[in-house]
Amino acid sequence: MTNHWIDVKNADVILVMGANPAENHPISMKWIMQAREQRGAKLIVVDPRFTRTASKANIYAPMRSGADIAFLGGMINYILKNRLYFREYVANYTNAAYLVNPDFKGPGQLDGIFSGYDEKTRKYDKKTWAFQLDEKGLPKKDMTLKDPNCVFQLLRKHYSRYTLDKVSAITGTPKEKLVEVYKTYGSTGKPNRVGTELYAMGWTQHTVGTQNIKAMTIIQLLLGNIGLAGGGINALRGESNVQGSTDHALLFHLLPGYLPASKASLVDLKTYIEKLTPKTKDPKSVNWWGNRGKYITSYLKAIYGGNATKDNDFGYAYLPKLNEGQNGSWLVLFDQMFKGKFEGFFAWGQNPACSGANAGKVRKALTTLKWMVNVNLFDNETGSFWKGPDMKPQEIQTEVFQLPCSSSVEKEGSLTNSGRLAQWRYKAVEPIGEARPDSEIMNELYFRVKKLYQKQGGKFPAPIINLTWNYGEKGADGKIKKLDIHRVAKEINGYYLEDVFDKKAAPPKQIGKKGHLATNFVTLQADGTTSCGNWIYSGSYTEKEDKVINMMARRGKKDIGGLGMYPEWAWCWPVNRRILYNRASVNPDGKPWDPKRTVIKWNPNKLDPKTKKPAPGWDGDVPDGPAPPMADEKGKYPFIMRADGMGAIFGPGLADGPFPEHYEPLECPVQENPLSKKHRINPTVKLFYGTTGPHDEPKKEGGSAEDIFYSCDIRFPYVATTYRVSEHWQTGVLTRHEPWQMEMMPQQFVEIGKELAAEKGIKNGDKITVSSGRGKVWAIAMVTDRFKPFKVMNATVHQVGLPWCFGWQYPENGSGGDSANLLTPTIGDANTLIPETKAFMVNIEKA
Amino acid sequence: MSRKALVISPELCIGCRGCQTACKSWNQLSAAKTTNKGTVENPPDLTPNLYNKIRYVEVPSESNPVRWLFVSQRCMHCDDAGCMKICPAPGALFKTKEGAVGFDKEKCIGCKLCVAGCPFNIPRYDEKDKITKCNLCSDRIAEGLEPACAKTCPTGAISYGDRNSLIGKAQGAGYQKLYGEADLGGLGVLYAFKDAPKVYGMEENPAIPESVIFWHKVLKPLAYWGLGGAVVASLVHYVAFGPKKDEEVK
Repeated sequence: MTNHWIDVKNADVILVMGANPAENHPISMKWIMQAREQRGAKLIVVDPRFTRTASKANIYAPMRSGADIAFLGGMINYILKNRLYFREYVANYTNAAYLVNPDFKGPGQLDGIFSGYDEKTRKYDKKTWAFQLDEKGLPKKDMTLKDPNCVFQLLRKHYSRYTLDKVSAITGTPKEKLVEVYKTYGSTGKPNRVGTELYAMGWTQHTVGTQNIKAMTIIQLLLGNIGLAGGGINALRGESNVQGSTDHALLFHLLPGYLPASKASLVDLKTYIEKLTPKTKDPKSVNWWGNRGKYITSYLKAIYGGNATKDNDFGYAYLPKLNEGQNGSWLVLFDQMFKGKFEGFFAWGQNPACSGANAGKVRKALTTLKWMVNVNLFDNETGSFWKGPDMKPQEIQTEVFQLPCSSSVEKEGSLTNSGRLAQWRYKAVEPIGEARPDSEIMNELYFRVKKLYQKQGGKFPAPIINLTWNYGEKGADGKIKKLDIHRVAKEINGYYLEDVFDKKAAPPKQIGKKGHLATNFVTLQADGTTSCGNWIYSGSYTEKEDKVINMMARRGKKDIGGLGMYPEWAWCWPVNRRILYNRASVNPDGKPWDPKRTVIKWNPNKLDPKTKKPAPGWDGDVPDGPAPPMADEKGKYPFIMRADGMGAIFGPGLADGPFPEHYEPLECPVQENPLSKKHRINPTVKLFYGTTGPHDEPKKEGGSAEDIFYSCDIRFPYVATTYRVSEHWQTGVLTRHEPWQMEMMPQQFVEIGKELAAEKGIKNGDKITVSSGRGKVWAIAMVTDRFKPFKVMNATVHQVGLPWCFGWQYPENGSGGDSANLLTPTIGDANTLIPETKAFMVNIEKA
Repeated sequence: MSRKALVISPELCIGCRGCQTACKSWNQLSAAKTTNKGTVENPPDLTPNLYNKIRYVEVPSESNPVRWLFVSQRCMHCDDAGCMKICPAPGALFKTKEGAVGFDKEKCIGCKLCVAGCPFNIPRYDEKDKITKCNLCSDRIAEGLEPACAKTCPTGAISYGDRNSLIGKAQGAGYQKLYGEADLGGLGVLYAFKDAPKVYGMEENPAIPESVIFWHKVLKPLAYWGLGGAVVASLVHYVAFGPKKDEEVK
């Protein structure tokens, strides 16, 4: 989230698209309903299905799964055509005025692709996507936004193809609904009107997932909604600590704090820093990532301590390296496992046998393992895969170890919610039986692995045996007796390893005392004198006047301006900033666009609290840097994490295009992309099963049978999507063992429109079979008006939907059914490889 | 003490059923084995172990595929409570100082007359033939806590408090009249409806059956003259409603 949960109450218009907060994030509805009831805010819900969230909407617009970019592209077109954009914001705070290479061409000119596409590699050469530079090396601009090569005009040209008729034909959304949504959301382009967007897996789990979100950021930038209270673009995280786990580098391409993972071509630390640190020649751009060297060095010092020295490149060589182009994301991992490339697997706090896209393939992949460790509260479909449906236990050699772990209330630690708020939680009860906190399990594991490396040497023992691991008192055997989670939190925050000075000040001013906890990341150094396990969390567990303070444990209830920022409640990264890019909430003179929603404002008469001397500065939230407002001589641009300081309407960094373009899902109900004859699906996605022809049909023998897909094929004529329900948690491992939840939601179901049900002779409550190219599940038919047929390209398209919270293993009698992911395909987003489980094709038949 | 109440606002309810679970959790009620009957709503009806249930009501809508309403069903804690009127067992049903209709299983004689006396079809009987139903979390409210359902509701769709001030608040929010404001002496569970009650599946003018009122006046006093409660109960039941059948209970 750029903003935070409570902040939703400050919005004038709330667009929920790609999410279903009433069912999956019920508490968020407190703030949504507050905005609606108290501010008269309008709630817009765009969803293929009339959800519990939709039941609360002022405007509900049905849309076929997988057509989000068409829907949003139409909105961009509408905003531009009707001049609803916030011109001053767009011109000053975004790259709308930048001039792009005149050779750049878009899908309108090249029938579905941008310039630079290579069919063989399925990749773009992005040369023509670059900005034109002036003699100083800065992007050329046209502040009138009229130059035909400026981003603004290119945007206009690109989305002029997304007419109401076209968009309606693609999405199946009636035209008048489109206009109603566009008009209402477009109303937030005024300085005193703010709109927010809430999304979740409904946007990310598509072959165009990243571009779905990109399309919305374009809208938010055009309307001047980023940085403001009640605005932003807000990912509703699917688990209470997903934000925290992402921050701490759960993903393969990252190190903690969103530092890129190291790869083989980055041979030493110097190269890593040189190649990966963005540069700018613009003195007005903060370019915060210019500090990357400080953060990677401090990270190495945190994990390797005294073993990270200048002489050994701070232990950079110890970091695991990806090969060039190597991808370690979910689909690839399980594809490799399926092909027998893995020996062992830790399923830690997850249930891939139900949660993984194409779960049937995942289950088969597990059979290739020699061993598996399943760390969970309960046994699940993953741990017991070998006795699941269609398995032959006598032929499976996998040894499974079940390690019971503590639940969240049986351990202490921090938890970071979607709004980046890190809150300290305490242990309420002792773990049951032999269950232990994850950290304790890791501690045991580390001790044993280290001992093996010490004894046997191995190929490369240094990265393991040199880890600091100072998390508690050691016993005689060298093992930490009890892991102190506070020590972990302190290591994440970072320390001054020497006295640290600000060398820019004359004379140099001491900013850190040796042995003390770091104040925040501003004081971190690239010379090995500071350590920090995760720079964005620096400041979360710190020292003030020699007193150690766990900022995450704070519970102050003071607010600023009634906006619900509560700066003294716990701690929020970065540096307790509650709203990201808040410098965009003020005009170039530092005055709030909307004085009624003042996030920050420049105060020229501010006094230093200690000396009482004039010290002009910002009031309100922690600003994105202390620099004066942009119009000031020393002022800075608002988007400090971007090298050029500007919000990116034109985004040349993405794999699949600088502007989002509509492509059909791998499996869809139309034969060709209604916008271009040549490219039905995203031309840059990684294919697991080969395609052929302009319509990307499945090739003969295009891959293994498990990855087969069927598009626009009468055998699988209905669009399907998957979702969660309020009553169950993820794959249901926790909730299926909870009789109260099972009583409410006992069995796999499929929601079907009345029209389709009548066509198929299916009655409400019938047990039916839902099948796809990959597998089938039984489900109870929920025949309802909540799904209506779509009119797509003049044809009637039916959509159905089913949850993925059930599994064969529990309830034991099989009465719950099995996961909807047995149906979903093996394909992912072009940028992230997040699986496309929100749009695929199925058939339904009476069981 | 001023009378306490709940105001239930379907306009704010998101159908998450946190209240349905919180009720079970606080009151330690076991779960039934259910099946999916083609609806989100489950179990299909109140049971001895289900005091509060969200009904999912679909009504036609002009602008949307459907209008989906979520309505909590539970004891209404009537001021003029039919169940209490007809109950022949002294102390089995009683009013708490907050105005809730409480029950005492020890004193319940299992006659099920309260079922007939209730205009909302609320009381259920447990496996020992003793009455069960929502008691407004009597044990919580006696300690100044709000009922479990209200405590857990994320959107304020169930709000608990002083009955008069809740009504005032609802008026401030634009609800001229709450459902149950004046019915049956005033209900302890009020509904903020935007439409006619029947849209939400509720009866327009709930009333205690005439026969209950009659027998309340005529026969019930007999119990106090020495006839056993159970005897009176079966007599009342027979005369008023015919022979007792198990189906009636269901």
